[in-house]
Amino acid sequence: MAAVTVAQTADRTHVREIEGLWKQAFRRLRKNKLAVISMWFILFLMLVAIFGPYLSPYSYSKQDYGLVTKPPSWAHPFGTDQLGRDILTRLVFGARVSLTVGFVVQLVILVIGVPLGAIAGYFGGAWDMIIMRVVDVLYALPNLLFVVVIMTFLRGQLALGQEQTGFLAALARFDAQTGGLIGVYIGLGLIGWLTVARIVRAGSMSLKEREFVEAARSAGAEDRRILLKHVLPNTLAPVVVASTLGIPGAILYEAGISFLGLGVIPPMPSWGLMIAEAIPNMRAYPYMLVFPAVTLSLTVLAFNFLGDGLRDAVDPWMKRG
Amino acid sequence: MNRSAYVIRRVLLIFPTMLAIYTITFFLVHATPGSPWSNQDKPLPKAVVDKLNEAYGLNDPLWQQYINYLKNVLQGDFGPSFTSRSRTVTDIISDTLPVSIQLGLVSMVIAMIVGVTLGTIGAVRHNTWADYLSSFAAIVGISTPSYVIASLLVLFFASYLGWLPTNGWDGVFSVKIIIPAIALAFYPSAILARYTRSSLLDVLSSDYVRTARAKGQRERIVVVRHALRNALLPVVTVGGVVFADIITGSFFVETICGVPGLGRYFVSSISSRDYPVVLGTVLLFGFIITLMNLIVDLIYPLLDPRMSR
Repeated sequence: MAAVTVAQTADRTHVREIEGLWKQAFRRLRKNKLAVISMWFILFLMLVAIFGPYLSPYSYSKQDYGLVTKPPSWAHPFGTDQLGRDILTRLVFGARVSLTVGFVVQLVILVIGVPLGAIAGYFGGAWDMIIMRVVDVLYALPNLLFVVVIMTFLRGQLALGQEQTGFLAALARFDAQTGGLIGVYIGLGLIGWLTVARIVRAGSMSLKEREFVEAARSAGAEDRRILLKHVLPNTLAPVVVASTLGIPGAILYEAGISFLGLGVIPPMPSWGLMIAEAIPNMRAYPYMLVFPAVTLSLTVLAFNFLGDGLRDAVDPWMKRG
Repeated sequence: MNRSAYVIRRVLLIFPTMLAIYTITFFLVHATPGSPWSNQDKPLPKAVVDKLNEAYGLNDPLWQQYINYLKNVLQGDFGPSFTSRSRTVTDIISDTLPVSIQLGLVSMVIAMIVGVTLGTIGAVRHNTWADYLSSFAAIVGISTPSYVIASLLVLFFASYLGWLPTNGWDGVFSVKIIIPAIALAFYPSAILARYTRSSLLDVLSSDYVRTARAKGQRERIVVVRHALRNALLPVVTVGGVVFADIITGSFFVETICGVPGLGRYFVSSISSRDYPVVLGTVLLFGFIITLMNLIVDLIYPLLDPRMSR
């Protein structure tokens, strides 16, 4: 019993120390103007994505042939597209699509990458070998092609699932309502976890030799507890940085796949699809191209600035080791 | 482990890697519902479908198809294409891949020049406006997808100013390559600029650079001859991966600029369920990526004697 108490006390001091490091990192982040502006921009975009659709008087899908390709005006600040749909409204719905892709893909990546990396690094041996071989193979896959193949596969399965009942049918309905992007989430997740797994593996490998882990072990803590309380919290900072920098990547992938007409199912808008639709008419109606292109680039830019800022902010902590 | 054993091990590792890629893609593609004959406008009579399946070996058990296709691929035969009946996948690849590689090489050269220059400026003028500007340019380059850049370039230089043709392909020495090559070079330039900058910053603060300066060597020589030579080592490792990225990621630019490369073919083959083309492209691109990684890993110790010990 006494041993457990010692382990718990050690846990608590250690957790407090890590919290302190996070606070310092945030103080450094706040001094980085670009990162702060980017954070506000992302917050604004999230609010727009959540509430914007309820505020817009227009529908993202309703076509109005009396209003085809109208340039920006008071009624339609960003103009209307080739089917008479309000571009601003479609951008707002597109923000939903893009941000959801960004966050959900990172979630999938963390769920796969963190446990696999921790197991490989902490237990080593055969586990490490198997997991790292898988990582090697996946690194050699052409990412975008592979995502497209996985997506087509999942979309086909879900189309079959619609005729059935149960879990698959529910998933298929959900997929249809969200623009048919489940394949993108899973595909990008399946190829994206490699970096996170490598980071966590490297972190766990060096951390398991450290004194505080030794101390916890001699105080009677089991592997599970050491992993959860001592090893993982210490690898969190680089993982947060990698995840933040992974979000723009996922957003660009989705936009790219939708640009090719293989992603989101119309009429659901995606910034990539809007860019693709604007290209044939870009000479006559450049605004149709410029608004989605600028929105997409600004969003990706903001996440990149924030990620870079975060990396610089946690850097002294990482160097301290 | 000695050097030759390492080289042999790395080369042999290609085989299981490629086999794994083949296996994953083969079963994914074959488990995707719907047959290549089902999405034509007019449904084909059942007898015809049976005949087609028979002719393309699609009635064989899956494991049989798996082994047959593998055997053919090892002999350089990627099988028949389902949509273009007169050409095999090998024909298609040998027509389109050289185009993608030529375009990729030109972009790579542009990216190397722009990236290394931007990165060097950033490091040499560390923490000045020139550094901020080049870092900003790099992050904008990373954040703007190639299809946006390609379409803006077409809009401005081709449609608006009329200086360049809007699309087409006429080989490396034609003006038609300018827009796709620049569009494709944007992202890799930015990546190379960032790597060059951080690597050069590390090297510039090292002892031997201080010695060179203490000797009274001119700054230009210190940077170019002493620092940059070593700083470019890690950049080389990225360079290989970046090149594989350019080749395998060229389909946006190829689609917009009407370049008849392999990427554009892949896009149309996936929507027409042309499995052999899909499978062939993934295998080929996987092979290119594996090969580039291998080359980089093998070249690196030759460039950096510290590594070969």
